[in-house]
Amino acid sequence: MARMTMIEAVRSAMDVSMERDDNVVVFGEDVGYFGGVFRCTQGLQAKYGKTRCFDTPISESGIVGTAIGMAAYGLKPCVEIQFADYMYPAYDQITQEAARIRYRSNGDFTCPIVLRMPTGGGIFGGQTHSQSPEALFTHVCGLKVVVPSNPYDAKGLLIASIEDPDPVMFLEPKRLYNGPFDGHHDRPVIPWSKHDLGEVPEGHYTIPIGKAEVRRRGSAVTVVAYGTMVHVALAAAEETGIDAEVIDLRSLLPLDLDTIVKSVEKTGRCVVVHEATLTSGFGGEVAALVQEHCFYHLEAPVVRVAGWDTPYPHAQEWDYFPGPARVGRALVEVMEA
Amino acid sequence: MSDLDRLSLHVPEPAVRPGGEPDFSNVKIPKAGSVPRPEVDVAPEEIRDLAYSIIRVLNRDGEAVGPWAGLLSDDELLAGLRHMMTLRAFDARMLMAQRQGKTSFYMQHLGEEAVSCAFRKALNKGDMNFPTYRQAGLLIADGYPMVEMMNQIFSNESDPLRGRQLPIMYSSKEHGFFTISGNLATQYVQAVGWAMASAIKRDTKIAAAWIGDGSTAESDFHSALVFASTYKAPVILNIVNNQWAISTFQGIARGGSGTFAARGLGFGIPALRVDGNDYLAVYAVAKWAAERARRNLGPTLIEYVTYRVGAHSTSDDPSAYRPKTESEAWPLGDPVLRLKKHLILRGAWSEERHAQAEAEILDEVIQAQKQAEGHGTLHAGGKPSVRDIFEGVYAEMPPHIRRQRQKAGY
Repeated sequence: MARMTMIEAVRSAMDVSMERDDNVVVFGEDVGYFGGVFRCTQGLQAKYGKTRCFDTPISESGIVGTAIGMAAYGLKPCVEIQFADYMYPAYDQITQEAARIRYRSNGDFTCPIVLRMPTGGGIFGGQTHSQSPEALFTHVCGLKVVVPSNPYDAKGLLIASIEDPDPVMFLEPKRLYNGPFDGHHDRPVIPWSKHDLGEVPEGHYTIPIGKAEVRRRGSAVTVVAYGTMVHVALAAAEETGIDAEVIDLRSLLPLDLDTIVKSVEKTGRCVVVHEATLTSGFGGEVAALVQEHCFYHLEAPVVRVAGWDTPYPHAQEWDYFPGPARVGRALVEVMEA
Repeated sequence: MSDLDRLSLHVPEPAVRPGGEPDFSNVKIPKAGSVPRPEVDVAPEEIRDLAYSIIRVLNRDGEAVGPWAGLLSDDELLAGLRHMMTLRAFDARMLMAQRQGKTSFYMQHLGEEAVSCAFRKALNKGDMNFPTYRQAGLLIADGYPMVEMMNQIFSNESDPLRGRQLPIMYSSKEHGFFTISGNLATQYVQAVGWAMASAIKRDTKIAAAWIGDGSTAESDFHSALVFASTYKAPVILNIVNNQWAISTFQGIARGGSGTFAARGLGFGIPALRVDGNDYLAVYAVAKWAAERARRNLGPTLIEYVTYRVGAHSTSDDPSAYRPKTESEAWPLGDPVLRLKKHLILRGAWSEERHAQAEAEILDEVIQAQKQAEGHGTLHAGGKPSVRDIFEGVYAEMPPHIRRQRQKAGY
């Protein structure tokens, strides 16, 4: 076991995958010689050569479009979109091409690609470096959507994504790259080296896509979260003293509905948390599923905590970001209902 | 300031509209045989003229002339003629089938048969095309069974795509034909990626990208040219300029660039224009580009100058936006008749044999159609299962889709 940051864990996943399979290639903006603006691909070009890890023109539709063509040939591209906010120029390639190639060709061609993209806020990135576009992917049939919350999961899920036969959107919460950020922006960051989930095996292992993990056992209320919000929810539970059961979804599509249903049947209450904007966000899907499957177990309406329905602001970042105080208020609200 | 007029917006218009006399005086047609044939390793900047001319082999009299001539034997040309005639007969029958309600939609190739039929001949087994909806000649010329194409068009119980795709959006990896999207231009950059993969793996295969004149305006076209140029991908970048993007004349997408081929020049990609209605010229230019790609010299851009004689699709009526007689005035003639004339001149063909071949081909197409219709048509007979809606979204069906399939009763 080694201690790794989430950056090192993601890099290790690509390293292990490239070592095991010559067909794995890594490319994107600044990922080659420099190793990526977040350093996730550092050293891969030196180790595997520049035809397996290289820089691309600034053209997301070109990056994803060429990745699709490479996958049709038989390679397994794991590409980086520098920020999730930059994926929009590639949205046509992602939604109408990558997601449908298996279906429309009846399996004659397939599209095993991974798009890694740093997601979410908390770094004063303003409206073009802070977005959480996961719901724009979960609405598309044919894609898988993965959001890890710690280094151990990030590595196991990324290897599983690279080995997956279908296109995977791999959203890396950038505020978690260096430590388990719980929303207390005024406190020093605790590094992953001081956290159990910063312990990461050096070799190959996978975490199955579509399986959630319960991060905190509790009996009062179920909190459904993913990415950075897992740590915020854990902090909110401690600070309010409410015995919340915190579920880390890890995969949004496919979704581990069984784990959610089992928990809500036990607690009778549910709060869904995400950074992305509220309206038509993934929380709406979770809330709908909970009422469809757990209606007669519910003691209170499902509550959603999310980013406001505005663009992501710059100076007012901490009034926008759903921190532990806001999640805590939702826990109190759902307990008092 | 005072001596300047106010600004005005330029909106290009075609030379004529319905009711007017067709006018192609703006299409400059060089003499057959007049354009030089450079070596394949020529520096792109030395052949910039080729992006503005038109490479032609067959002259008015049906002779094959000039430096691009002489590549194909009588038998090869006879096979090419047969492919084009087959595609034309196939189109005519399928158009009729659409009018009879046997399918929802069809797109024909009338006037453009030489482009895809001759191009296929320049590729090897294992190479990959990323086609648009008007390159079925790639399949016909590679021996893909017509009955399979028809099964797909009729969305019947033997449809290889299980009823999921719009008619004519074929897919055949075995025949080097990437699944047609129906989306525009997306396949262009995918072809570049496929070619890059072949180079990454030190393979010998090459890719071919296809696009129409109108879709070159999409950003994916430009992404494709950037990537092809940067990585010197072994890809042939084909633009089929058939003059019309549904109702929009090619000047709207071409803008001020002079020709579509000229788009390649700024990327340092050798760019050639070719008479798209000349089977010999299409083959010669495609072969030149294929050799460049295979020798690791990088991409080539080819503009095929042709004319869409028919409607864009069965949902279109061209008489609403262009003169009805415009196709007759098209100065590059009919690809089938031109090759036929050449073969007769060579002494390899005759009017009688042509008429006989036409009858044979029609019979083959009708036989294939009977066989396909035995498996059903869109609204009658055997059809794909409702289960097929839910299969194949992912390699393994996730629980939520399984629940929905059960809800649908399957």
